[in-house]
Amino acid sequence: MSNLKKNERGILNWIDYRLPVISFLKHSAVDYPTPRNLNYWWNFGSLAGFFLLVQIITGVILSMHYTAHVDHAFNSIEHIMRNVNHGWLIRYIHMNGASFFFIVVYIHIFRGLYYGSYKAPRELLWWLGIIILLLMMATAFMGYVLPWGQMSFWGATVITNLFSAIPLIGDNITQWLWGGYSVDNPTLSRFYTLHFLLPFLIVGVVILHIVALHTHGSNNPLGIDKKGPQDSIPFHPFYTIKDLFGLSFALTIFFAVVFFAPDFLGHPDNYIPADPLKTPAHIVPEWYFLPFYAILRAIPDKLGGVIAMFSAIFVLFLLPWLDTSKVRSATFRPIYKILFWIFLLDTIILGWVGSKPAEGIYIIISRIATSYYFVHFLILLPLLGKFEKSRPLPESIGKPVLAE
Amino acid sequence: MSENIKSKKKSRRSFIHQASGAMGIVAVSAAGWPLIDQMNPSKDVEALATIEVDISELVEGQSKTVLWRGKPLFIKHRSQKEINDANNVDINQLPHPENDEERVKNPKYLVLIGVCTHLGCVPASDKGDFQGWFCPCHGSHYDTSGRIRKGPAPKNLEIPPYTFKDENTILVG
Repeated sequence: MSNLKKNERGILNWIDYRLPVISFLKHSAVDYPTPRNLNYWWNFGSLAGFFLLVQIITGVILSMHYTAHVDHAFNSIEHIMRNVNHGWLIRYIHMNGASFFFIVVYIHIFRGLYYGSYKAPRELLWWLGIIILLLMMATAFMGYVLPWGQMSFWGATVITNLFSAIPLIGDNITQWLWGGYSVDNPTLSRFYTLHFLLPFLIVGVVILHIVALHTHGSNNPLGIDKKGPQDSIPFHPFYTIKDLFGLSFALTIFFAVVFFAPDFLGHPDNYIPADPLKTPAHIVPEWYFLPFYAILRAIPDKLGGVIAMFSAIFVLFLLPWLDTSKVRSATFRPIYKILFWIFLLDTIILGWVGSKPAEGIYIIISRIATSYYFVHFLILLPLLGKFEKSRPLPESIGKPVLAE
Repeated sequence: MSENIKSKKKSRRSFIHQASGAMGIVAVSAAGWPLIDQMNPSKDVEALATIEVDISELVEGQSKTVLWRGKPLFIKHRSQKEINDANNVDINQLPHPENDEERVKNPKYLVLIGVCTHLGCVPASDKGDFQGWFCPCHGSHYDTSGRIRKGPAPKNLEIPPYTFKDENTILVG
């Protein structure tokens, strides 16, 4: 593993001979052979890692000033915004960082869907990614409760009540989650603890995600395996520089939002302190939950809605086997390419109806979009692999650019 | 012969393995239970689960909201018309069929947990298509007996356990 020898000089060699961290980093972030044809959609993995880091750093800082008690939580957020030096900046970064983390991860997921990155031998890599998504959702949900505004309180009430749909033990589970008979101080306190803990679990799963990634290497826009050394280039400097270039764009957009529209993605009702006696007229979750919220409301039955909502994520676990086509990249799958864009549109429509009140035409749209969501995974993809005629795959990744 | 002893020995050994494995599971579950049960409502939360409400000043048509177990509790002094409305319903047509008599101790006073049975929002009083309660979150309509009439909620508004301590005092919990 190490190309450093014990008799070589220098402090780094001395360390690496005893603890091979330097050769490990060199192996996985410098020399790591990467397909030479990755496009900019491959930036979003490292961007997601970047935003995770931003959330952890700003989150740890915020925790030094925040008080997790129903009587003080709302005021401690105002204290951060008004009194703490640069508190407004750190909180706005944390608030919008959550949204950008989701934007980046959703693009990362759709990249995987388009280029078939979930197919053999990357099924477990895909699974670890879904687990990260689930942990992110739990973390984001509990984080949103902490400011103890109206949306925090009623969002927490509605989401924890989802578990009351479970037959027989539903009410016991919700009481167990609450630590009482409603969302209250014990709930806030445990959500704070878990909101602090889960990001570090995410880091753990991210490490496994990277280990799985480096086992068979990155997929690529052609979706074919590397045939030899001519198909890959070292990660550094080629992709470190490409990732940094992409990061500069992401940061420009991110800070434009942080500085000029920090509350654009949030809900104004969350600046009203929580009131257990008064429900806001229109409850919506944060934007990144809207498609799933639309699926929940599309089903007229309480338990059915909850099952459909969770299935919308769990169906992703089955995707590597539901998609029966051997060809990875949509570039060579003319029909799948169309279905991919319809599916993307479908999720955007779901997000849109999720933000609307559940009445009239919106219910009909949400039902059609929900049906299509599952038809895409459970019917279209399994059949498509059998009937679709894919275009011929290129001989190798390097072939088109390495003439002769 | 020696084959036989060997297999007998083997089955004894695997029995020991399984038995100690089973004991291990019991031990881990027993040790794990306090770690899980600590999240259930604590003693002080349980202790606050009973309250007394004074209803002497509640005039006809008026309703009162108090906090019980962190949830709003609606106490409504119903008018004769509202009581009649609640009774003049064919209960077989209802999503959750219950007679008004089953839902009250004294028909003049309706005591409800003010939590929508859909996803836990607080319905607004004297609103909706049935002059009872209306939940703004997902559009559930309740009648003057707190029964679900229209919308996604699966059940009628829940009735807490309560008794009339005297004419003007309700003991809830």
